[in-house]
Amino acid sequence: MLAQQILNGLVVSGVYALFSLGFTLVFGIQRILNLAHGAIFMTGAMVAYYTVAAGGPLWLGFILAIVASGLLSVLVEIVCFRRLRRTGDEEFGGIISSIGAGLVISTIAQQVSSTQILRFPFDTFPVVIFRFWGLRVSMLQLFMAGAAIVLVLVLGYLIYRTGFGRRVRAVTDNEHAAMLMGINPNLVYSQTYFIAGALAGAAGVLVGLAFNSINFVMGEPYLMFGFAIIILGGLGSIPGALLASLVFGMVQTLTIAYLPSGLTSTIIFAALFLILLVRPHGLLGKEDAGNLRGRR
Amino acid sequence: MLEIADLRVSYAGIQALRGVSLNVEAGETVALIGPNGAGKSSLLNAVSGLVRPAGGSIALNGTDIAGSSPWRVTEAGVLQVPEGRQVFAEMTVLENLQVGQTALHGRDPTYSLADVYRVFPILDERRDQRAGSLSGGQQQMLVIGRALMGGPRLLLLDEPSLGLAPVIIEQVFAALARLKEAGLTILLVEQNAHLALTASDRAYVIEQGVIEKSGASADLARDPDVTALYLGQT
Repeated sequence: MLAQQILNGLVVSGVYALFSLGFTLVFGIQRILNLAHGAIFMTGAMVAYYTVAAGGPLWLGFILAIVASGLLSVLVEIVCFRRLRRTGDEEFGGIISSIGAGLVISTIAQQVSSTQILRFPFDTFPVVIFRFWGLRVSMLQLFMAGAAIVLVLVLGYLIYRTGFGRRVRAVTDNEHAAMLMGINPNLVYSQTYFIAGALAGAAGVLVGLAFNSINFVMGEPYLMFGFAIIILGGLGSIPGALLASLVFGMVQTLTIAYLPSGLTSTIIFAALFLILLVRPHGLLGKEDAGNLRGRR
Repeated sequence: MLEIADLRVSYAGIQALRGVSLNVEAGETVALIGPNGAGKSSLLNAVSGLVRPAGGSIALNGTDIAGSSPWRVTEAGVLQVPEGRQVFAEMTVLENLQVGQTALHGRDPTYSLADVYRVFPILDERRDQRAGSLSGGQQQMLVIGRALMGGPRLLLLDEPSLGLAPVIIEQVFAALARLKEAGLTILLVEQNAHLALTASDRAYVIEQGVIEKSGASADLARDPDVTALYLGQT
């Protein structure tokens, strides 16, 4: 029973990781909380649903969802934040304008879906259950875990092993010095937002498949958890977001399994406060995460 | 190589540069000295494209680059080493140097990684260390090395001696002298006039956004006005 719950917890953690990695990546590079991230996540699920509903295969839906959410995320950056950054008011102004962008996206989705809960046709994802060592694992769970692991590894490779990743980290570290080294920050921002949106879109499809329920507000709880996760992990820290996703996914799954229902969020957020009392900058956060070095 | 004419820069209505003209020929080291707030950094930042000039021209080998974006300026081979040792603190020494290659934009490098390690052997020893954990002098060497990786035709140095111990300053300037000998063109901004005049061929004295004096560094070092104002304590 415990082993089964740990397994379920790992799958949930993977989805949280996909959602919150993009969230923390954007915060890390611009000190902006993109509160439209939940709506971008939802858009991914919707795009996959409508692709399948129109008769397309699921893999095509998955790819279209990733591309569409990535592009939407880039659009949000250009429309909501680029202009604000020039005024130097992006930290608070950005929160408001991204709430606005999230509302616009959700409302469009509400209109498109006629406020219905959308469900993938039966057998969109083959229902196959594997049993071993007394555990039950569905093919969907394996796919979710596999997709999460692959995407996290690809992200890690991009950020820590490539020239692109070095440019992203250079801009994150010191935008001023990065510009003097020939980096165009706006280009790096667009690329970063694309990756963040694509990861959220992938998470949206996985969640849509797992619960077989897609609606225009499905991003809201994830935005809330994503917010808590990146604070717990340390704002802007990629390893921190991974660790915190694991903690959140596990705690959530285990409390649901072993404690009276309804206590889950209470316990998760109480734990968050307790951890922040001991580590105010999060598990792997830096003390100066709130400051912009080398800007203005 | 660099020809600046009647350059004017203002911030929020305050004039930082009020019509500055200067030139740097290929192979020269030219110093720009003057008190804090005289407009030295404004001049470098206007050349680098970080601030848009209010007027005047900045010509690089005959092409006007005034108002170009910073990455276009690096593409043309003008690399600035900013004031205050702005390393990418969370990245390793090697990664910092690799980021410098972005400035090449496909041009052929003029300094290989091995060349940079030869100029600053300590960077080779510390290559896998976080840049933020280096000492001040090592960080200064790293930002100079990072700019060298970007294939500079003209190197702009903003206050390389600031906040460093005398023995470290000596090491940094010895390295700059070697780079100059190898043919690198340098525009050096310094508050430490004695140091700047020793290290340069020619110099300009800037005060309140205007060039007050210019000439061979050796002559300026003997100029009574300059010695009284800038060399008094050193």
